[in-house]
Amino acid sequence: MTLKSFLQRLWPIMPTIASLAFIAALLLAFGADPRTALEAVWQGAFGSQDRILSTVAFWVPLTFCAIGLMLTFTAGLWNIGIEGQMILGALGASWAALTFKDQPAWVLIPLEILAAMMAGALWAAISAILKTHGKVHEIFSGLALTNLAIILTNYLISGPWQPPEGGSFRGTAPFATAALLPRYAESRFSPLSLVLLTLAFIAAAILLGNTTWGLKLKALGRNPRSAFLLGVSSNRETLTAMLLCGAMAGLGGAVRVLSWFDSLRQSISGGIGFLALLVVMLAAYRILWVPFVAFFFSAVLQGSITLQLRTQLHSSLGGILTGVLVLFTLLFGDLNNLKRLRKSARNE
Amino acid sequence: MNELLIVKILSSIILQSAPLMIAVTGETITERAGVVNLSLDGKMLLAAMTGFAVAYTTDSVYLGFLAAALIGALFALIVAFGSITLKLNQVAIGFVLTLLGSSLSAFLGQNFTRLPGPSVGKFSIPYLKDLPVLGPMFFDQNAIFYFAVLVVLAAWWWLFRTQPGLYLRGAGERPEAAFARGAGVNRLRYFYTLLGGALVGVAGAAYSLGIKIGWSENHTAGLGWIALAIVIFGGWSPIRGAIGAILFGATKALATVFQQNVAGVSVQTFNALPWVLMIVVLLLVSSDWVVRAAAWLPPRLRGPFLRLVQVAPPRALGVEFKQD
Amino acid sequence: MHVELQNIRKHFGSVKANDGISLTFEPGRIYGLLGENGAGKSTLMKILAGFQPADSGHILLDGQPAHFANPAAALRAGIGMVYQDPLDFPPFTVLENFLLGKDRRLALDFRAASAELKHLMGRYGFEIDPQANIQSLSLGERQQLELVRLLAGGGRLLILDEPTTGISAEQKDALFASMRHMARQEDRTLILVSHKLDEVQELCDHAYVLRAGGFAGEHPLPCDNNLLVEKMFGQVPRRSPRPALPLETNLLELQQVTVRTPRLTLQNINLTIRAGEVFGLAGLEGNGQELLMQAIAGLAPIASGRLLLAGRDITRHAYHQTLADGVAYIAAGRLEEGLVAGLSLTEHIILSAPRVKQTFFIRWEGARRVTAERIQAYEVVGTPQSNADQLSGGNQQRLLFAMLNPDLKLALLNQPTRGLDVRSADYIWETLYRRRAEGAAILFISPDLDEVIERSDRIAVFSGGQMSRIVKASQTSAEELGHLIGGRQ
Repeated sequence: MTLKSFLQRLWPIMPTIASLAFIAALLLAFGADPRTALEAVWQGAFGSQDRILSTVAFWVPLTFCAIGLMLTFTAGLWNIGIEGQMILGALGASWAALTFKDQPAWVLIPLEILAAMMAGALWAAISAILKTHGKVHEIFSGLALTNLAIILTNYLISGPWQPPEGGSFRGTAPFATAALLPRYAESRFSPLSLVLLTLAFIAAAILLGNTTWGLKLKALGRNPRSAFLLGVSSNRETLTAMLLCGAMAGLGGAVRVLSWFDSLRQSISGGIGFLALLVVMLAAYRILWVPFVAFFFSAVLQGSITLQLRTQLHSSLGGILTGVLVLFTLLFGDLNNLKRLRKSARNE
Repeated sequence: MNELLIVKILSSIILQSAPLMIAVTGETITERAGVVNLSLDGKMLLAAMTGFAVAYTTDSVYLGFLAAALIGALFALIVAFGSITLKLNQVAIGFVLTLLGSSLSAFLGQNFTRLPGPSVGKFSIPYLKDLPVLGPMFFDQNAIFYFAVLVVLAAWWWLFRTQPGLYLRGAGERPEAAFARGAGVNRLRYFYTLLGGALVGVAGAAYSLGIKIGWSENHTAGLGWIALAIVIFGGWSPIRGAIGAILFGATKALATVFQQNVAGVSVQTFNALPWVLMIVVLLLVSSDWVVRAAAWLPPRLRGPFLRLVQVAPPRALGVEFKQD
Repeated sequence: MHVELQNIRKHFGSVKANDGISLTFEPGRIYGLLGENGAGKSTLMKILAGFQPADSGHILLDGQPAHFANPAAALRAGIGMVYQDPLDFPPFTVLENFLLGKDRRLALDFRAASAELKHLMGRYGFEIDPQANIQSLSLGERQQLELVRLLAGGGRLLILDEPTTGISAEQKDALFASMRHMARQEDRTLILVSHKLDEVQELCDHAYVLRAGGFAGEHPLPCDNNLLVEKMFGQVPRRSPRPALPLETNLLELQQVTVRTPRLTLQNINLTIRAGEVFGLAGLEGNGQELLMQAIAGLAPIASGRLLLAGRDITRHAYHQTLADGVAYIAAGRLEEGLVAGLSLTEHIILSAPRVKQTFFIRWEGARRVTAERIQAYEVVGTPQSNADQLSGGNQQRLLFAMLNPDLKLALLNQPTRGLDVRSADYIWETLYRRRAEGAAILFISPDLDEVIERSDRIAVFSGGQMSRIVKASQTSAEELGHLIGGRQ
């Protein structure tokens, strides 16, 4: 009995233990010492002020995307296209930065942010309309649009927006200082982005928890038929949820070009959109958990870059850890449910 | 462009589409039984890496294919366990596995990138290969092409001409009716999810051992998603799916050719083609616009046109089966 | 084959679907299994045909106990059942459907199967193209196909569950002729599950009657209908005096309304319902009463005719517009259609408020107060914070009624007391009477004829898309409605 209750208490952290065991086994198989690796990851994420700021700077756009996804997940949508919506945001911000480059910062930065939000929302709107009016599942349209966004980026970098010294595939020329978000202590982190993020978080939390609109999304996501009978218009709510999510992702993209980098780069998104989907799943679709899970993911991913530098082990280890963690949480979490179901079935 | 070049292009299109044909067939079988396995893209990546790494290490392409099939089946087992036994969201599990497969392939394959290795060779059919045009296109091809054709035809025969095929389709159309005819619905679904997964694994290895030989990060990225879209476009039929695969193979091959031969058009335009095509074909097969557009056709053509264009998924696709 | 059911019990939670039923079936005879909806007929037959295991009791075939793992095992033992909605595969061809599960050979032999199918169909006078798609067949043809399939599989005892619902008169005659042939010439046992007395009288040799999960009696046929009615319904309950209410103003008018669906057509329906009236719709499921309700609610398009609500033309109004017009629709399934699992009672009350009264920001305190009041008024056992899926079935139903808005004009209720105990059902009706006194009209569907008679002012019966003459509840009987349900005017 005591052992059983002990095991039951242990159950919630089983996915974490299993994931760490899995990663340790991988490391051992590649002849690396897990303890050294863990140390390297810790050092990489929190080893110095600069590294901590990098982790935070990575965390900001990830959380923007995850907050946006909270809206679409609530409405029962699989907005896999968030990756592309973020890239479009980066393109929008870059367009504003290049077009209005002579403006002072206080004009330019709001313009960039507005353009980024609108561009992200546009890409999301295409997915939404394809779904509501063309019955194309948002997973497929989202994926295609993500790839089209990548291709569009490559086209712009190697064509119209290529640096004056000649076309490389790497990126545009650095933007004017006035175009960039003011950064903290020469790092990649901009306090302004944190302010925007906080505002977005509060807005999303209020929208989801305290408005009729959020309630309608919730009803729609959980039972579309009942929601319809209760008077919820699924097309309108789908569109608005996608638009807001796209705008959030666009903000994330803007932060990537204007603070993480200083120009539009080829791999501008860095897989952050896809990662944000995992964040929301691991946060079990609860907005209050989102920033914390996102921060953990940022630390893991930033740490695994240092890991690669120190041990020559591929940095995708971070991706593996986040992936297994979510997978095991999905499986183990429900194994627990399954046992409970069986138990109640027996008792009946 | 002379005739030789055209034949060369067509021949390349057909070969390009072979792995896609295998993957589409595998997923078609799985979905016909009523399970969506969304993990295709990651599964193919990991299988392509595993297939090449094993073939490189053992110097045997057969072992490479076997290992790739096992990887595909293993991923499918996780999907089957999660969706059939635990009744979890199939999309969630599939998506997580997609990302995981991609990361795992990058990590596990880090020591195998850009190495020369064994590959599947050409297999010429005597006499037939000397036919004009058709010879080089169909009878002087890589062995993977013949395998793909075999898989497509076998799957079609199994689905539409055998008793187990009826049970398989029955489990995906109306599981309660299949149960009434004596089918163990969930057992069938497990089996075909694993079989389909193994085929997708083979498709991954077919790419790394026959089309673009070797391994590098994100070697087959995107192919799995395209395969998933083709399954829909193919109306869950292996043969129509194979035609779809060739269509997509064509856009890819055309991009390569035009890049080399047409000046003034950006490379990116051609790279964008498969994705634009993906949205267009999905619109074509599922939207109501097509039905409304068909109303303008003469009544005699309306039926055949809609049958040609519109598709319907298995009715119990993604629906769990509970015996009452 | 001599088949015996001994003391069969099957409980679903607290509902006793079968509570110790014993019946005997002899070869060469046609049995009628009678009972109201919910009497336990279907459950008993599903147990006999291997679809469900019994909690306890025995099935004896020629004196030998039998256990069926699934319906295919039952068919191998000689027992087959044709469902009201046949268990076939709509996108398949007739031939594929016939072949599925027929034998254990790998490759399908379409030619041999086609010959066998044609031979069998010829024997019973059926005509179906083996190449046709199942989804292009009528319900009657699909039933014929199931029958033929079960016969080819070696069925000695065949159960038909409400086979005449939704099929034409000619198809019914052909079906009955083939059933007689199977019993008289081939010595098979036939069981007709029905609540249409006339059909049972016409076809069957012997009737078994179930009521509320138990055995209620048997009788050789033909016999006086009243004997059977009494066994089916017990004593017809004394009708409570209805609160008298002057019904003067016309509230809802249907003028020549026609609704078409692939399965069913309602042709030129004329109906006027007055403010304060309770109007009952009876009929077997799928005969048009649900479709009419959906057409009024704006959930099914009206092909022609006019629909007026308090004199206003709402023919073209879609569902969300009719909601705003003051019409409420409560569907038969609760958690599936109407409530959202995971949403609290307060959230349901907020969503159900008319759109003009909804504010963008939710005022939780006020909403909780309103919810608490409604909960109290409708005696829902739960708190404003409870989730809808945590409530019991009866309380979920009460929640649905608590969500009806105060300024309601017309309530459309599909089986408002489905699955409720007597007290809960009575309570629901008390609240509905209050609505009625406030001037709202109520249009409801119920499979329970007693309820229809007891609660309605007037009644219409649907059969095969046809609406019967309108009868006054105070001047009718379950027997008369039973006749109308069977399609007689």
